[in-house]
Amino acid sequence: MHRLRTLGVAPVRRQTQARVYSVRPALTSFSEEENLLRAEVARFADQVVRPKVREMDEKAEYDADVLRQCFEQGYMGIETPGELQGSGMSFVSSCIVIEEMAKVDPSVSLIIDIQNTLINTALRKWGTPEQQEQWLPKLATDTVGSFALSEWGSGSDAFSMKTTAVKGDGVYKLNGSKAWISSSKHAGFFLVMANVDPSQGYKGVTAFLVDAKNPGIKVGKEEDKLGMRASSTCEVILTDCIVSEKDVLGQVGKGYKIAIESLNEGRIGIGAQMLGLAQGAFEQTLPYITKRNQFGRPITSFQGMQFDIAKLATDIEAAKLLVYNAARLREEGKPFVQEASIAKLYASQMAERVATKCVEMMGGVGFTKEFPIEKFYRDCKIGQIYEGTTNIQYQTIAKSVLKAYE
Amino acid sequence: MSLARVLVPVKRTVDYAVKIRVKPDNTGVETKNVKMSTNPFDEIAVEEAVKLKEKGLVKEVVAVTIGPKDAAEILRKLMAVGVDRSIHIETDEDLQPLAVAKVLKKVVEKENSDLVLLGKQAIDDDSCQTGQLLGGLLNWPQASFASEVNVEGGKAIVKREIDGGLETVSVQLPAVISADLRLNTPRYAKLKDIMAARKMTIDTSSLADWGVDTTPRFDVVSVQDPPTRAGGVKVESVQELVQKLKNDGVL
Repeated sequence: MHRLRTLGVAPVRRQTQARVYSVRPALTSFSEEENLLRAEVARFADQVVRPKVREMDEKAEYDADVLRQCFEQGYMGIETPGELQGSGMSFVSSCIVIEEMAKVDPSVSLIIDIQNTLINTALRKWGTPEQQEQWLPKLATDTVGSFALSEWGSGSDAFSMKTTAVKGDGVYKLNGSKAWISSSKHAGFFLVMANVDPSQGYKGVTAFLVDAKNPGIKVGKEEDKLGMRASSTCEVILTDCIVSEKDVLGQVGKGYKIAIESLNEGRIGIGAQMLGLAQGAFEQTLPYITKRNQFGRPITSFQGMQFDIAKLATDIEAAKLLVYNAARLREEGKPFVQEASIAKLYASQMAERVATKCVEMMGGVGFTKEFPIEKFYRDCKIGQIYEGTTNIQYQTIAKSVLKAYE
Repeated sequence: MSLARVLVPVKRTVDYAVKIRVKPDNTGVETKNVKMSTNPFDEIAVEEAVKLKEKGLVKEVVAVTIGPKDAAEILRKLMAVGVDRSIHIETDEDLQPLAVAKVLKKVVEKENSDLVLLGKQAIDDDSCQTGQLLGGLLNWPQASFASEVNVEGGKAIVKREIDGGLETVSVQLPAVISADLRLNTPRYAKLKDIMAARKMTIDTSSLADWGVDTTPRFDVVSVQDPPTRAGGVKVESVQELVQKLKNDGVL
């Protein structure tokens, strides 16, 4: 350099390379068809479902027309390929449908969630081509599916189940009683977990595909519930229920794997449902409280209310990112079990915090059935119980964290 | 005999559910970061066109929109509910109804359309002029504020909503028909159709390509909020009501 300068020549500046960053989209940036999907489902939920919400809750019954239209719109076969009468969309699309529906009615969202994330997915992942052809088109067009795992004696301890499957000549005979089975009253199809060899413990658990028309399967007592009332939650009784060995889903003795993996993914769907529930409560509270005047001013002009609003908005945003990040990881084919568990855990607890606070902010009317808020408060509680209780989520997350230190 | 092509002009407007805010400088309405959608009356027009296709009265439904790059968003959804093909004429100019009608005339001529079905007015400016101006420019008959449309034997029989009730007119095709609220209820896009729409064509061109004089013919002087409504008064009896009306010089 110095020598060049003494010669009277300016040194050449080395040009810095322009840095090229590829800009990655935000978790809340969705594709064109995901946005279109969201807008259409929101419109459908608002115009077709909303007018029936209160009645469905009071009668503890789904409106038949609402269910029929959900099938027609393709909500019951979201990821099922077009060749099998499905909508051919992605897992995140399922989450979007579940979320938007839950903003209006978490019960309707639930039947869509179970159908897609538990039933359809299990068939797509473990079903033989024959089994898929037999069931997926029906499930996409007019048949409700139900996931029969839990029993009176086995909730969290799912694999201590007592329902047995005894092998015969090319058949299995199922006997036992399932409990708290969602969608059971409406189901035309059951995915039943039974043990072919109780001496093997969980390694005997097997998944069976059972047609509701099978004389050996019967829906029993229906629970009268605090929330999610339109969803049917019943006993399912198996009495010498004969199924062909062709109706085994996946491998004999590998049912526990199907159950665990299905629930790992289904949790994200529940996260989306709880996220929708919380937003539904919040978005129906704000128009009221911004117009509600006390002491000569809107109550939202008081700092106390504003602080609450900020806390709820923050809580919802956090859950949104957890849910959609877990969903994208699952779509990418990356490990997602810990993130899915965190998403369900957080979203379900957040939904309770938000729904509770919304009832309070609404004041007296929040406590009456004339306004939709009290239903969200009742509906949210099950979020911390089904598809893996909060304590089970804590265990799953801790196990996952500690795995790296074994 | 079925018609070859129906053209449905559609406009991307502020979403009907959004609370409209006037810009602080009173030059217009705030549209930045505001949710936009298809003009509801245009959605109704699309639905009617698709219904005509389903009845076998029309072979192809073509949608056209004139607007900025984002305006094409609305076309994808319309193709998911039955529009076969769409045209996007890109411009950042804010076009007035006469200019829009002139451009649409060129589109009609290029597309050889047999029928134009559009919303009676856009919910942003409520001009309610484009359909009528287009009819005039094309020298086609028109039936506006349609609440029922039937096509038979080269004619369209249209029930129109007018102040006094309903009026039925018969127009010779080709014609321009503008859709009113009660014409139909637009369907929801089914999920599989949303997926199919991804692969469908949108023909994009720029406004300049169409060679139309789009000079504005009027200036918007100011846009203001309506005066805030004063609270009403509750009366206890019919006598009190009559008395108040008398006092206010109404009776």
